[in-house]
Amino acid sequence: MTTAITAPTIVRTADGVPLKAKLQRVERVRRLRAFALVAPLLLFIVVTFVVPITTMLYRSVDNPELAANLPRTAVALKGWHGQGLPDEAVFAALAADLAEAHANKTAALIGKRLNYEIPGTRSKIIATARKIAEVEQGPYKDVLVKIDPTWAARETWAVLARTVRPVTSFYLLSAIDMRLDADNQLTRIPSSDGGIFLGVFWRTLVISVTVTSATLVLAFPLAYLLASLPTRMSNLLMILVLLPFWTALLVRTTAWVVLLQTEGVVNDALLWLGVVDKPLQLIFSRFGTIVAMTHIQLPFTLLPIYSVMKTISPSHVRAARSLGAGPFYAFWRVYFPQTVPGIAAGCLLTFILALGYYITPALVGGPTDQMISYFAAYYISEELNWGMASALGVVLLTATILLFLLYSRLVGIDKVKLG
Amino acid sequence: MTIKTGLGLSGLLLAGITAGAFADAAPAAAQDSLTIVSWGGAYSDSQREAYYKPFAKDFGVKVTEEEYNGEIAKIRAMVEAGDVTWDAVDVDTRTVLGGCDEGIFETIDYSKLGQPKEKFVPGAAEECGIGTIVYSTIIAYDANRLNPGPTSIKDLFDLEKFPGKRALQKDPFVNLEWALVADGVAAADVYGALNTPEGVDRAFKKLDTIKSQVVWWEAGAQPPQLLADGEVVITSAWNGRIQNAVKNEGKNFKIVWDAQMPDFDFWAIPKGPKNLDLSYKFIAYASDPKVMANQSKYIAYGPTHTDAIPHIAPEVLADLPTNPENLKTALTLDSRFWADHRDELEKRFNAWLAQ
Amino acid sequence: MAVAPYATPIERAWHYIFRAICALVLLFLIAPILVIMPLSFNSEPYFTYPLPAFSLRWYEDFFTSDRWQIALKNSIFVACATTALATALGTVAALGLSRANLPLRGLIMGLLISPMVVPVVITAVGLYFFYSSVGLNNSYIGLILAHTALATPFVVITVTATLTGFDTSLMRASASLGAPPATTFFKVIMPLILPGVISGALFAFVTSFDEVVVVLFLASPEQRTLPKQMFSGIREQISPTITAAATLLILFSVIMLTTVELLRRRSERLRGIRG
Repeated sequence: MTTAITAPTIVRTADGVPLKAKLQRVERVRRLRAFALVAPLLLFIVVTFVVPITTMLYRSVDNPELAANLPRTAVALKGWHGQGLPDEAVFAALAADLAEAHANKTAALIGKRLNYEIPGTRSKIIATARKIAEVEQGPYKDVLVKIDPTWAARETWAVLARTVRPVTSFYLLSAIDMRLDADNQLTRIPSSDGGIFLGVFWRTLVISVTVTSATLVLAFPLAYLLASLPTRMSNLLMILVLLPFWTALLVRTTAWVVLLQTEGVVNDALLWLGVVDKPLQLIFSRFGTIVAMTHIQLPFTLLPIYSVMKTISPSHVRAARSLGAGPFYAFWRVYFPQTVPGIAAGCLLTFILALGYYITPALVGGPTDQMISYFAAYYISEELNWGMASALGVVLLTATILLFLLYSRLVGIDKVKLG
Repeated sequence: MTIKTGLGLSGLLLAGITAGAFADAAPAAAQDSLTIVSWGGAYSDSQREAYYKPFAKDFGVKVTEEEYNGEIAKIRAMVEAGDVTWDAVDVDTRTVLGGCDEGIFETIDYSKLGQPKEKFVPGAAEECGIGTIVYSTIIAYDANRLNPGPTSIKDLFDLEKFPGKRALQKDPFVNLEWALVADGVAAADVYGALNTPEGVDRAFKKLDTIKSQVVWWEAGAQPPQLLADGEVVITSAWNGRIQNAVKNEGKNFKIVWDAQMPDFDFWAIPKGPKNLDLSYKFIAYASDPKVMANQSKYIAYGPTHTDAIPHIAPEVLADLPTNPENLKTALTLDSRFWADHRDELEKRFNAWLAQ
Repeated sequence: MAVAPYATPIERAWHYIFRAICALVLLFLIAPILVIMPLSFNSEPYFTYPLPAFSLRWYEDFFTSDRWQIALKNSIFVACATTALATALGTVAALGLSRANLPLRGLIMGLLISPMVVPVVITAVGLYFFYSSVGLNNSYIGLILAHTALATPFVVITVTATLTGFDTSLMRASASLGAPPATTFFKVIMPLILPGVISGALFAFVTSFDEVVVVLFLASPEQRTLPKQMFSGIREQISPTITAAATLLILFSVIMLTTVELLRRRSERLRGIRG
């Protein structure tokens, strides 16, 4: 008797819909519901955080000053080929624009923007605008050159041709210590001329690595102790760890100033103990910056390591010992590899956060200890050079995002725990 | 107490605090208010006693104070955004000139002030600002630590005779002039030299000789603090701050008047303030010679109105930077130079600092 | 944890050295806090030891000075509003994130955590530009929105962590007994995740209360908060009133930490975990 192979019957639900389809539909509804729960916050973050940051990124290439205030010159310069000097029509356009700028009091703005590229231009623009406003008619080329010889220099016009465009590469290039010269070639800016940013990025990296290593060295033993003590004791000690975490940042930084100053507690103690015979320069130095930052970042490194250590059963090490391993061998080969995820999480988190430090180095460090964030803030609040601040922000943000992606790859975002 | 009751109570408490804070923090509708921005510390204290408190009392206006460190950028930002929250700002000369060029200050209508321009000391009645004080940048030291102390500006750069840290303002302003004078340039030739690239290089080279020993201050209140902490042995400062520490806290600080750099501070109004008339009322009040003379009681800064000088006690006059004894080797500030070259010199200075 | 009976002499020595090292690290952590508290009683307006005399003048200054009181009120107001908003948004989002069937979970989680990771200067600068163009600069609303954006990652992280230990069968049991989803949420889920929510709320509060960089850029003198006043206090004013403010803040932190610890112990008792 042959066994007929029947086609599998499609399972249907009570209302006749195939079970598979119904299941998919229900799943989709569940997914949408889950998404709907997250949606309000997501929308909020996108609007109040992501969008502003993207606007800032745009500022790093935005170049409105000259495009708006030298309109005729912008048009006229389109025809200039970059060799020699432009012709009379361009000079006439410039004269007209500058006269208008003088009337509208925008000459200083124009001068400021050009001053970024050629130092000293600001006063020349203002003076030229004032004088040309009195000149009734052309030919303008000779008049302008007589007012200031800079108008006979090809470099001035090359810079002008670049900067009247609405978008500029100036800020982004400056952020990596590069510029375009009169022939539109990329050149390095020497450090004596303001090309400090690559050095500052390197310094930021070095400080972050140092701080991360320091926190790791200090956090590991303490985390081990906290993980191995009974809960009551360890929670009490944990309060000691969390208390600085919850104390205001400015309070902690001021406290470090008090501790590290020349006649501060640490120096007094060292002098009294006879370790040194002159107070050490601890404040406003790299040492002070590293110490203060380590102090602030220690809980961030410690907590992930601690939470991983808590999951390691003590019986593993005991088993290794019972098999004949020496104490260090057992620790190194059995215990330590299991803590690596916690170490990676803590260290990466601290490293990313350390890159963005601003307040602490500003208050505790010397001028050669300032990190990138300080310069971004400086350009906003003390120079109103939004282009430069944004450009530095772009580079810093890119570095942070890359590291964050690495973090999420290695550690997994949902594993971030704060104790 | 169950957790629900506890939560309910804390929720109520939260709501109560929030409502209370809101009620207080929201501006009182009926009363006029003025935000005046100055340099903080002992200087703002003196302005509070001499100007803000009597003005608030006499005119029934609420005065909110704010501090800054002379960053012209903040004013620029506000004016550009069209959201001016500062009603009157105390600025120095290079800022009032530079800001006027850029159109970020209101032009002063002297008829509204009720004080004729001629009554003000030359240089104190500008297009966009009215002078309020004469202050000076000087160097000072703690006589308890340095005895005998420095007597000339050259001593600031002399690490052998006076070893130890110095504190200088984190700004090329005055530091470049002092570097050139200490390097041998005659006082009259300083700005001629600074107008050339070689002159600027020379100034930075001189500063390089002490760079490793310098602590950089940004706020006017820091120099006396640094001297008191023993953090530095010599510091540059604005004279009034040091003299206040001597007078009010009994510190044994001494001022070196050699190569002092007197300068004016101006009241300026950022363009587009909320209540222009109120700003003018305040500035008119503060420019009244009798009121202005009061300020010298609280801090050793001179008035800018010639009629104010007779109202000042002789012992106070002796302490002012304008005392002829103190003015003997003073430098003359070229504010126009700084108004024009501030941006690029600051850029160069910051690059120099960051290495 | 006592020394194991099979420990070698080196191990015993190490046991004690190890504890000494940990004690030093703990000292390192606590020293700054301990150092700043006595300074608030200094009679002289300087930050150096030894103290010539004791006085309460800085506390007096703190409680009577207009600027500090306004700063305190502003800080509390902004922090409370931020906490309320951040906790509400964050808890709901965490509930969604804990569902296994959330699409694009990695991307969403990354976006939600980003305010915590992006350097705060960039956030402040970006917000400054953005708010200038929409006119939200120098306003309470702008500040609260900014602080909420910075605080929500903490709420999300703490509540998600609490939800990972959550037994979903409780929800199914409640549903099987006839409770609609809202009732399930308020009567079953909420009480159990409450410690996590409160923990997150406290983090949010502290984040806002302690935040200085964004305030420096976005706030006008009227919205001056406590950290901004302290920052001026270190730079422009230099008066030890900030040490008085600091000591008060430390006491406040201790109280909050103890509260969290007590809540945590309570929740463990509720869940039947014995410590």
